[in-house]
Amino acid sequence: MLLVNLFGLALIGLIIWWFWLYRPEQVDADSTAITVRVEHGVYQPAHIHLPPDQSSVLSFERVDESPCAEMVLFPELEISESLPVNRVKTIRIPPLKSGEYEFHCQMQMYRGKLIVSD
Amino acid sequence: MNPEINSPNASSPVKARTDPIHELIIEGAGCASCVGKIEKALKQVRGVENADMNFAQRTVTVTGNADTAGLIAAVEGAGYNARQLGGGANDDELEQKEKADWAYYKRLMREMAIALSLGIPLMIYSLVVGEMTVATTVERLVWLVVGLLTLGVMVFSGKHFYIGAWKSLKNHSANMDTLIALGTGAAWLYSMVVIMAPSLLPEMARHVYFEATAMIIGLINLGLALELKARGRTSAAIKRLVGLQAKTARVVRDGHELDIAIEQVLKDDVVRVRPGEKLPVDGEVLEGHSAIDESMLTGEPMPVEKARGDEVAAGTLNKNGTLLFRATRVGKDTALAQIINMVKRAQNSKPPIGRLADVISAYFVPAIMIIAVLSALAWLNFGPAPAVAFAVVSATTVLIIACPCALGLATPMSVMVGVGKAAEAGVLIRNGEALQTASKITAMVLDKTGTITQGSPKVTDIIVLEQEADAPEESAILRWAASLEAGSEHPLALAIVDSAKSRGLSLDKVTGFNAIAGHGIEGRVGKRALLFGNDKLMAQRDIDIQPHIGTIQALAAEAKTPMYLAVNQKLLAIIAVSDPLKPDSVTAINRLKQAGVRVVMLTGDNQATARAVAARAGISEFVAEVLPQDKANKVIELQQQGEIVGMTGDGINDAPALAQSNVGFAIGTGTDVAIESADITLMRGSLHGLADAIEVSKATLRNVKQNLLGAFIYNAAGVPIAAGVLYPLFGLLLSPVIAGAAMALSSVTVVTNANRLRFFKPQVSNYQSEEV
Ligand SMILES: [Cu+2]
Repeated sequence: MLLVNLFGLALIGLIIWWFWLYRPEQVDADSTAITVRVEHGVYQPAHIHLPPDQSSVLSFERVDESPCAEMVLFPELEISESLPVNRVKTIRIPPLKSGEYEFHCQMQMYRGKLIVSD
Repeated sequence: MNPEINSPNASSPVKARTDPIHELIIEGAGCASCVGKIEKALKQVRGVENADMNFAQRTVTVTGNADTAGLIAAVEGAGYNARQLGGGANDDELEQKEKADWAYYKRLMREMAIALSLGIPLMIYSLVVGEMTVATTVERLVWLVVGLLTLGVMVFSGKHFYIGAWKSLKNHSANMDTLIALGTGAAWLYSMVVIMAPSLLPEMARHVYFEATAMIIGLINLGLALELKARGRTSAAIKRLVGLQAKTARVVRDGHELDIAIEQVLKDDVVRVRPGEKLPVDGEVLEGHSAIDESMLTGEPMPVEKARGDEVAAGTLNKNGTLLFRATRVGKDTALAQIINMVKRAQNSKPPIGRLADVISAYFVPAIMIIAVLSALAWLNFGPAPAVAFAVVSATTVLIIACPCALGLATPMSVMVGVGKAAEAGVLIRNGEALQTASKITAMVLDKTGTITQGSPKVTDIIVLEQEADAPEESAILRWAASLEAGSEHPLALAIVDSAKSRGLSLDKVTGFNAIAGHGIEGRVGKRALLFGNDKLMAQRDIDIQPHIGTIQALAAEAKTPMYLAVNQKLLAIIAVSDPLKPDSVTAINRLKQAGVRVVMLTGDNQATARAVAARAGISEFVAEVLPQDKANKVIELQQQGEIVGMTGDGINDAPALAQSNVGFAIGTGTDVAIESADITLMRGSLHGLADAIEVSKATLRNVKQNLLGAFIYNAAGVPIAAGVLYPLFGLLLSPVIAGAAMALSSVTVVTNANRLRFFKPQVSNYQSEEV
């Protein structure tokens, strides 16, 4: 029984670390326009590094047919765009100050982040 | 309420550009030398002024009047591919979306049918037989076959959940797929352990839960399919607006008339529309006259007469005559395209009330996984026998019922319908925040001129005061006044100039011209030093108007504004100007008052005139003699009294007050939506739009709250019951199948409730909305 309890607690620790504490790797977007694939419930890449004070272009390529994937929202930037299936939609990101800007679908099932820093 | 920082997106989407800019994405440009080639190719296109390529981003910015298709063709001619950046609303995209949705719908229904055709018989069996136990070897073999069948269902009908769960897990994120995959996976794995190695488990816990796995997968697919259907109806408003766009246009080029696709119409093309046709682009009428039905754009039900020089807008309907007009705005610059864009943006920006749900759903899934583990541990430690089975059931049920989809959908769905609803009534709501604040307005400040009144005053009286021996005639008075005011754009000045023009008077040359802000104007005509303005100006220059106070008061009582003309420091004449009320101002203001909103009128007029106008409009509270710069202060004053202030104005001089108010309402007129400092734009001039906006926003907010409450009950109440808090009291533990059904229904409920908003109608409304 003790073993089972310890295992359960370890599992909880793992969940906390995996989803909340771990810092995922970022993808740089300084040199080329970046393509975000929308497939299987995630954005790939989901963490995008952008240089500050410079506008950039993200191309969203939606493969996922699920209605969740239909929109992508950048709440702080007041950007929302519908993503057609199996097509590329380009979204222009205005110059941003350093910081983190989330983007997600309407339901927040798909989540990603723009990380703006030097 | 911060006009400048509000729109980082697509440089001011509601502003008509004077100089069209096209942005293209270039594909296949691998080297820096491609840049010159592409720019050169673009500059050769007719109408292009400049082409600038950003090699790092593979984008090119083209200025000039050219159609995008032509630009793309030019780039392709140079050996590269080009696409339009961003792009507006087009039929094509909607059609494609509908097709994709329909294909996905059919797939979900097929998967649902397969899963339920295994799940339902199994469930009936478990209900009839009672316990699905595994005791004998034969039973074990039979269940093994069922287990493999279930695995087939999981692969065929539930593949997308498992792939999605795995991908998002790898990505350190968790979503609905994660929960479903974990829940159904746990139920299936446990059942397989029961079959393969029953000795590991106490005899009482040897149950299989294959029916739960199959049913959950089937029900959730059904839920997704129903949600997809209901969502299609939610975006009806956008679909209707997009549907207003004509597909072709008849243009006159080089003396020939030809029908071309709407995308190919260029600025300055001459376009012909015949009776019964939709206008393809925005323009200015060159020839002909006709009544145009603008109701789809402005909510204004009465057709508007258009003749040479008038502005017309794309999407409106030509009723009876033939018009020839010059295209002034095409493609995504037309008022209609801008409205569509604005509504689209607003539909997806959430009101503050929805943000809490966002924060919750961001942490939800991992939290639920922790709760599931904790509840399993609790059952194992303290639960009755068979504790293992209870632990598995409760953990599975918690995972399944907890999907936060419904919570995430609650706000955007309602806002989408609400903003669309408002747009149908000619009310453009800028974003979710404006929508929420509008529902809380307690005081409405109305600028008088152009808002309550028509904003085009007329000269009503010219009273020559017989003080000078050689008192001039009325026409001379008017001519002098008009000569002074000719350069001014003040509405009262326009009234005087118009009046002089209509009498065929020619204007004199004015020297020593000096405009005194908020007061009037002075200048010399010949030997005469003229001074023309209001009572403040007269007081400032020590000209006594007291002897005529009776006349002045009489004029004021009729809501006429007296203006004074003095020659060589002597008062010579009073010119009275009056600005008639808009025909429906009184009923609209009544609606506001009935809604419990405190109505305050601001005007630069003197006390007496203001009192008279306010009385006619049915407003008891007014502030007269307000200088433009003081309007914002009045708003601040009301805010300090604890009011949530809406400000309505039409002029540029209202911008500071619009920005200061909690919600700024700008009066636009159909074709001119370039009002950036406003949170809400009324597309038709009528004040009914204010009450409509407040009613729609209240209804929407109520709907959002219902949705959030509904979704919250599914989650917040569902999770503890699933974990088993009711078991010690009532012996109640949810079945995973019920959880699956509840989860599938939660999103459907939210979307359906949001759709109820489509039938909402503002209380008094003189527009007929079409159901789509
Ligand atoms: Cu979802």
